[in-house]
Amino acid sequence: MWLSLAKNLLRSLAVLLVVTFATFSLMFGNGPGIAKAVLGLSATPEAVQAEVVKLGLDRPLVVQYVDWLGHAVRGDLGRSFYTGESVSSALANRVPVTLALIVIALLLTAVFSVILGVTAAVRGGWVDRTLQIVSVLGTAVPAFIIAIALVFILAIRWKVFPATGYVSPDVSLVGWAASLVLPVTALLIGAVAGAAQQFRTSVLDTLSRDYVRTLRARGISEREVILRNVLRNSAAPGLTALSLTMIALLGGAVFIEQVFALPGMGQLANASAQINDVPMVMGTVLVTIVIVLVVNFLGDVGITLLNPKARKR
Amino acid sequence: MSIGLEITEADDKVAVGTTQLRSRSVFALLLRNPQAGICLAYLALVVLVAVLAPLLAPWGPQETDLPATNAPPLTPGHPLGGDSAGLDILSRLIWGARQSITAVLIVVVVSVVLGVTAGLIAGFYRGRFEAVASFVSDVIMSLPGIVLLIALYALTGPNISAAMAVFGVIIAPSYYRLVRSVVIGVRNELYVDAARVVGLPDWRIVGRHVLWAVRAPVVIHSSFIMAAGISIEAGISFLGLGNPTNSSWGIVLQRSFSSIYNNPWGVVWPALVTCLTILALILLGNALSDVLQSSARSKVLPPRRRRAELAAARRSLLTDVEPAPVPDETEGGALLSVRGIRIAYPRSEGGVNEVVHGVDLDLRRGEIHGLVGESGSGKSQIAFSVLGILPREALVLGGRVLLAGEDLLADEDAMRAARGRRIAYVPQEPMSNLDPSFTIGSQLSRGLLAARPMPKPQARQVLTDLLLRVGITDPDRVMALYPHEISGGMAQRVLICGAVASDPDIIVADEPTTALDVTVQAEVLELLRELSEERGLAMILVTHNLGVVADLCHTVSVMKEGLIVERADVETIFASPREAYTQELLSSSRSVELMEIAS
Repeated sequence: MWLSLAKNLLRSLAVLLVVTFATFSLMFGNGPGIAKAVLGLSATPEAVQAEVVKLGLDRPLVVQYVDWLGHAVRGDLGRSFYTGESVSSALANRVPVTLALIVIALLLTAVFSVILGVTAAVRGGWVDRTLQIVSVLGTAVPAFIIAIALVFILAIRWKVFPATGYVSPDVSLVGWAASLVLPVTALLIGAVAGAAQQFRTSVLDTLSRDYVRTLRARGISEREVILRNVLRNSAAPGLTALSLTMIALLGGAVFIEQVFALPGMGQLANASAQINDVPMVMGTVLVTIVIVLVVNFLGDVGITLLNPKARKR
Repeated sequence: MSIGLEITEADDKVAVGTTQLRSRSVFALLLRNPQAGICLAYLALVVLVAVLAPLLAPWGPQETDLPATNAPPLTPGHPLGGDSAGLDILSRLIWGARQSITAVLIVVVVSVVLGVTAGLIAGFYRGRFEAVASFVSDVIMSLPGIVLLIALYALTGPNISAAMAVFGVIIAPSYYRLVRSVVIGVRNELYVDAARVVGLPDWRIVGRHVLWAVRAPVVIHSSFIMAAGISIEAGISFLGLGNPTNSSWGIVLQRSFSSIYNNPWGVVWPALVTCLTILALILLGNALSDVLQSSARSKVLPPRRRRAELAAARRSLLTDVEPAPVPDETEGGALLSVRGIRIAYPRSEGGVNEVVHGVDLDLRRGEIHGLVGESGSGKSQIAFSVLGILPREALVLGGRVLLAGEDLLADEDAMRAARGRRIAYVPQEPMSNLDPSFTIGSQLSRGLLAARPMPKPQARQVLTDLLLRVGITDPDRVMALYPHEISGGMAQRVLICGAVASDPDIIVADEPTTALDVTVQAEVLELLRELSEERGLAMILVTHNLGVVADLCHTVSVMKEGLIVERADVETIFASPREAYTQELLSSSRSVELMEIAS
């Protein structure tokens, strides 16, 4: 078990290096382009050249990357080309907002999709058909359109929630919670639609196993068979579904932050990308990859712990 | 997928003819499917609107009409209103359809070219290319695509086409995985081997056989990828990463959203068009996979249809022959009597398929009754119905299962009380009948405690003794093990122990030795016989093996196509079989034995 986890960790590190290098070379490759964007379109070629040298973009790509990586390992992700703000401190302000959003959404997704998935699989009938329809709709409507619909109905028509904006939990915990209700709901709908469907499939799959029939034949009640054996055996696929959901939420958060004007990481990435503030974008990419790798790693640990075969090895 | 495979299996010349026929009939099927028809009609409309935009749109894509700034819907000249710059929303949506369709085409072309090619190569040649390609595809798929798209904005700039090409690269791994797995499946098929032996070059094998197999899944998947393309195009335009001078559904949405307080209805139209188009593509994909990949697999009927089918079948039952009278237990009669049991499964095309047509069966105390027949004759269905553990989709059309005079089929509670406690079950495949996530000990004791409540230490004692009895020498160690840690023979002993522990009157054993090694088979049969004699257990032994019957059973019922065709003592059956079918079974089993001896 430890061996496979160690291998997993090594692989994650390799992925981290490969992906950061790939995005780094794609982004930093165009030195004069970046310098021009920083100086404005009217800059003279000489000024552009000077800026390229000043930003260190004239060095070979590998040298630039190793330099960036060396600083990144020590927590220094460089400074914004425009404001000179430290990327690390900008991220330190932004990442918690995004994490709060997606972690809350993930936990609620887990609860709802397990309940809905199991009910649909076990009961069948109208519960199941409703879930099917809702999950097609939930996957069809992009999260940002759900978000706009929520703003349109709940914030503008009925005025029950603040439409947009963010309240820091340091200022007011209630205000913070209220400012997250609509964003979390917008993310939740699509996530539950997908995850509940996957959970339903894995419960149905477990229900059709021979050992479930044998357990029933022993006289164990249906309720106990479902709550103990079926849930236990559907847990590993469910966990995989949840780690995929987490990654989808990370992507969805970019749009949701835009709609609700939440000062999160996705909004920072978007705003920085539009002005070619490459160090900022690189920082958000790095944090995203780290989150993805951590989620996948935790998911793998969970699945290993759930599987007696892998656990004993 | 099935269609592709069937075609490739056919002879080449015939295949050309049938595929043309098939594709035409697939299209016809698709049009006959109402869901697909509606989706296709809607999508055709969108394409038509995009093509005819210059004729249809009342205003140019950038034509402003200042009085119409933030105009509400149904303003004269602006049926859907105007946006914050006085652009007509309807016209902008009509022009925007062009960009959405272009965007989707770019995504599909890029991702199909990359993903399908890589998938074909990886699946066909395997080796290093596959290892590298799979790693790359895993990495790309594990990252949120939108974050990569935003990061690469530095590269693409405000250019939707370039961004969509990048998205095509990001989504290509989904085609890669799909195609690779299909190709790996096809690659080892006999006809591909045959083509190789004949000496066809690889490109012709791929072109002629493998591409056919891949075609249907790729078409279905493309429908979903197009849906994702529409969503992403709208999304990145909404984020402001598109070219604001262009017209696209996402840009209209973004502009309307930024002035949502001045003109709240402006967001409704672009959102609606986007969602409807995505929905149409997803539903089309679902319909496509129903039509192209439909299997004849039966499914659980909704309650209303279930009741209707049951009622129809029961009406027809009245005309049937009365089942035989039930012998009285007090006169040394039956412990368990099955009367007129009929079991059916719903067909996918409607109606039901009856697999057991009214079977009677009697089991006396201590009797071992063999239920013999070839696979599909309905033997296991009878075994399951006696225990009330038929699959959920099964329909019991009629009949009774009488345990000491009480009808278990009519009374769900009585069935539950009898199950495990008075009638126990020994399954066929020992390994798949133990829950892989729990230890042997916990599975056994939960079963025993469910059937007979008792203190836990006592249950453990009962089980330890019984495990020793069934030939497991170190019960404490075995109880701490997980199912994957024991052998098939040991697993079957555990399952027999689980069935016998609650001290039942009857055991239903469904092919208890089929999955075991020959040497273990004999031991397990011996164990069943001894247990039956020690405890006065009656047993229904479902088997297709006449050797087992000769070895163990007192009486035999021979089943064919859902009916019992002959029933007699074991000596009678072997000495003078009455029915032709029984004779056939006997002679074929003898010839198998002879062959085994000869080899």
